[in-house]
Amino acid sequence: MATAGLYDSELGELQRRLVILRVGLLLVVALLGLRLWHLQIREGSYYRDLSENNRTRSVIMEPARGLIYDRKGVLLANNVPSFTLYVSLEDVKDRDLLIDQLTNLLGLDPVLVKEKLTARGSKQLPRKVKDRLTLREATLIESHRLDLPGVMVQVESQRNYPGGVTASHLLGYVGEVSPEQLEKPEFADLHQGSIVGQYGVEKFFDRLVRGQAGQKSIEVDAVGHEKRAMVVEQPHAGDNLYLTIDVRLQKVAEKLLGEESGAIVALDPRTGDVLAMASRPGFDPNVLSRELTPKQWAGIVQDEGRPLNNRASQGQYPPGSVFKVMMAAAALETKTVTPSTSIYCNGGYQFGRRLYHDWKAGGHGPVDLRHALVQSCDVYFYTVGQRMGIETMASFAHQFGLGEETGIELPSERVGIVPSEAWKRKAKNEPWLPGETISASIGQGYVNVTPLQMASLIGTVANDGVMFRPRLVQAVMDRATGELQQRPAVPKRTLKLRPEILPLIKEALAGVVKEGTGTRAQSALVTIAGKTGTAQMTALRTGPEKDIPKKFRDHAWFVAFAPVEAPTIAVAVLGEHMGHGGSASAPLAKELIETYVRLNLPASSDVTDGAVVREGEAGGREQDDRPGD
Amino acid sequence: MIDRVINSRGFDNFDFRFIGLIFAILGVGVLSIYSVTHDQGVAFPFYAKQIIWIALGTVAFLVMWLSDYHRIARLAYPAYGIILILLAVVLFEGRSSRGAQRWIPMGPFAFQPSEFAKLVLILTLAHYYSAAPRVGWIQRVVLPGLLVLPGLLLILKQPDLGSGLSFLAIYAAMLLMVGMRSKALGVILLFSLMLFPFAWELMWGSLHDYQRQRIMTFVDPVYDPGGKGYHALQSRIAIGAGELTGKGLYGGTQSQLKFLPEGHTDFVFSVFAEEWGFLGVLALLLLFVGLIWLSLEIVARAKDQLGALLAVGILCMLCFCVVINIGMTAGMFPIVGIPLPLMSYGGSATIMTMASLGLLLNVKRRRLSFF
Repeated sequence: MATAGLYDSELGELQRRLVILRVGLLLVVALLGLRLWHLQIREGSYYRDLSENNRTRSVIMEPARGLIYDRKGVLLANNVPSFTLYVSLEDVKDRDLLIDQLTNLLGLDPVLVKEKLTARGSKQLPRKVKDRLTLREATLIESHRLDLPGVMVQVESQRNYPGGVTASHLLGYVGEVSPEQLEKPEFADLHQGSIVGQYGVEKFFDRLVRGQAGQKSIEVDAVGHEKRAMVVEQPHAGDNLYLTIDVRLQKVAEKLLGEESGAIVALDPRTGDVLAMASRPGFDPNVLSRELTPKQWAGIVQDEGRPLNNRASQGQYPPGSVFKVMMAAAALETKTVTPSTSIYCNGGYQFGRRLYHDWKAGGHGPVDLRHALVQSCDVYFYTVGQRMGIETMASFAHQFGLGEETGIELPSERVGIVPSEAWKRKAKNEPWLPGETISASIGQGYVNVTPLQMASLIGTVANDGVMFRPRLVQAVMDRATGELQQRPAVPKRTLKLRPEILPLIKEALAGVVKEGTGTRAQSALVTIAGKTGTAQMTALRTGPEKDIPKKFRDHAWFVAFAPVEAPTIAVAVLGEHMGHGGSASAPLAKELIETYVRLNLPASSDVTDGAVVREGEAGGREQDDRPGD
Repeated sequence: MIDRVINSRGFDNFDFRFIGLIFAILGVGVLSIYSVTHDQGVAFPFYAKQIIWIALGTVAFLVMWLSDYHRIARLAYPAYGIILILLAVVLFEGRSSRGAQRWIPMGPFAFQPSEFAKLVLILTLAHYYSAAPRVGWIQRVVLPGLLVLPGLLLILKQPDLGSGLSFLAIYAAMLLMVGMRSKALGVILLFSLMLFPFAWELMWGSLHDYQRQRIMTFVDPVYDPGGKGYHALQSRIAIGAGELTGKGLYGGTQSQLKFLPEGHTDFVFSVFAEEWGFLGVLALLLLFVGLIWLSLEIVARAKDQLGALLAVGILCMLCFCVVINIGMTAGMFPIVGIPLPLMSYGGSATIMTMASLGLLLNVKRRRLSFF
């Protein structure tokens, strides 16, 4: 019991002051209620959205790319499962710390990781940081899950090329879509980290092969652990491609080139089917499809052999004497000469004050058209070219498909150069010089072609003037419907030549191999017709070929078709700096054609062996068709 | 004895309402703790432990209710001495959690002296003011201030900003209720203003980094959702996402998926608000207001100054904790570690709060004692 006293009177005062407490309390509670009403009622839906965002993450489900097969159904490109590291930015609390941790765990380049995490794009979508994690790396990440909020390891399918370097330029490679690509409309439905074809068929047919990404929505807890997954949209795998190439022939073509730089193109003249298309040096698309460091990239791009260059469709070379095939047809069609017109070759052609040499010092004597092709007489074609003029030559060259795209379904095909007065004024702003017509008439000077154009040209001749667009993909299988859709051969044009002209030329080309400059292409297995060519690199020649440094040596051409009677294959071989077409390239063409014939023999008659082949080679006599200038 | 109590109407309707409100709030708390921790997967989950604390708290409640509060108040000074020693022990021997040392381990449990310090401080101050007439501002303000200071410093040293603020709040509330001359009030205000820069320097300097950051990011928690404002933002999201009717029991994704940390302790209100919505929140606020209203009645009907001061002190402490806790979860105040009385999980806090309420109800009792 409290003692009564002076201070007890203060009790009444204290109790009167309770009013302050009551009012204050009511005020404060009202304030709290108001605040809660504001949060829950007025802004409730906003916070509910925030809480939904908190718990759900969108995850892209990458589609499997379509498979690529050769014409016989051999697998050229498939997908293998691999681990990919993603980071969900929303769950990352401390970005610098995360970069540090990833750098330490996986030995990644911190600059690169930072770039990926800060790249523009939706914050809701996880960022791909590294693909092709090893099992060890994936385990390492998983075991550190709790320390790495927002980090996810996903199993995805990764592009794989079982053949390694085989057909690398043709197949191409894949890679992450670049920021520049993402700006373009055709990549509009993609996102950072999407894999697209970056080269070759993979790039050209990317739309078909790419497939369609799916999406799943996962509920995650605060640490980013997946609690529940809900697939919003299944990914759709890309379509399968069936190429026209025969990978066995392709491999032989590549082996024939070996360490040399060059290209070999084999077409089926009847359809335009690309049977083989080799370009050396090559690259391993498995390596390029991986993520490369800038240094690795620089190494590939700056390689002097330019392995990324598809020499078959992008390499441009003077056609040399191969051009004479077109010249002969043009001369006959324009009636500049008849088959029996004889021109005397004394080893040179005087024009103004300049003497244009024939490759054969003493000259060929009197030469008609057949002889001129068989022996590749330069003087004959100097004369014919001079009579026709550059404009007529150019218009025929265009008809033969030079100076234009063949239309092959590969990215960045080059067209070469068919010179004319208009071309020179435009390209060099200079008038055409009469002497340049003479160089052009044997495929030198400004004339430039790609090996693919040459194969198409000789194939068109073999096919009696019907030119096909080179076809690379013969069928596409729609993965959704399982439907196999054939892609028909596309005739491009028919040469406007009188019907007797091409048979004459074909016979002469058969003569080239039988008795002319291309005897090294003689085969015991099949009749071959062809034409040699030597693309001159430089006028500075001071000694025998073997003394000239390699990089100044001429390019060796050989175009051929076989069998002469009913051609089923047309081949163009270009060996960079390999010297003369007759000696360097003709044997390669022969080898390839024989391989093709053997591969397509009925199964019962596989009796052929190397011994037979040698015989043909031994029959060859080294011939030289060096043009003069 | 029992007869006498009943005859003297020791239990009446008022008591039942008071106790009913307490257990209603306790029940809501256990439910919310259960919702967050039911899938914890341990033998003794938090909600089960909390029920044990409530049982122990009930014992404390009964003891404090049924003793003579004068006798309890006489123990105030020694109790305060013991608490000061315990607070000092915590600093050296205590168990730390997240950079703060607040607990003294006791077997499987831990004892948090700073919680009990609040009740002891109320007893001490009430005893001080009522033991003799306190005249003049030195006796009314400075001396009790000196009583408060050592405890406050020891608590801030832990550091436990929440309990420290509660200490100051109790002191200020008692001072206000005891009343002082307007001249004295003016002098205090003047001194406070003059001392404020130094005090600010001292306070700010003594704060830990995380405390400063909490206060800084209070200004704009959305600025860095992954960082320092994380708690504040997640708590606001949880409350807001409850909307009118809530997401239902276990439906609170913020707490169930652990976006909201400390859902069973300091942020239990957010858990409740997310699951039960604005309607649930209103009901809960009404429970608290009811309890406080009854407490005000007790103060008003107190028979002596000691009782009134005890009741006011306890009332203010409760109000302060409820308002600050709800305010901080709703983003009105910076985040300081103050649990929601009767709802947040925690042994020391639950037992202390129930003991305080027992003492509060004791003030209303007629002078009959079991002990």
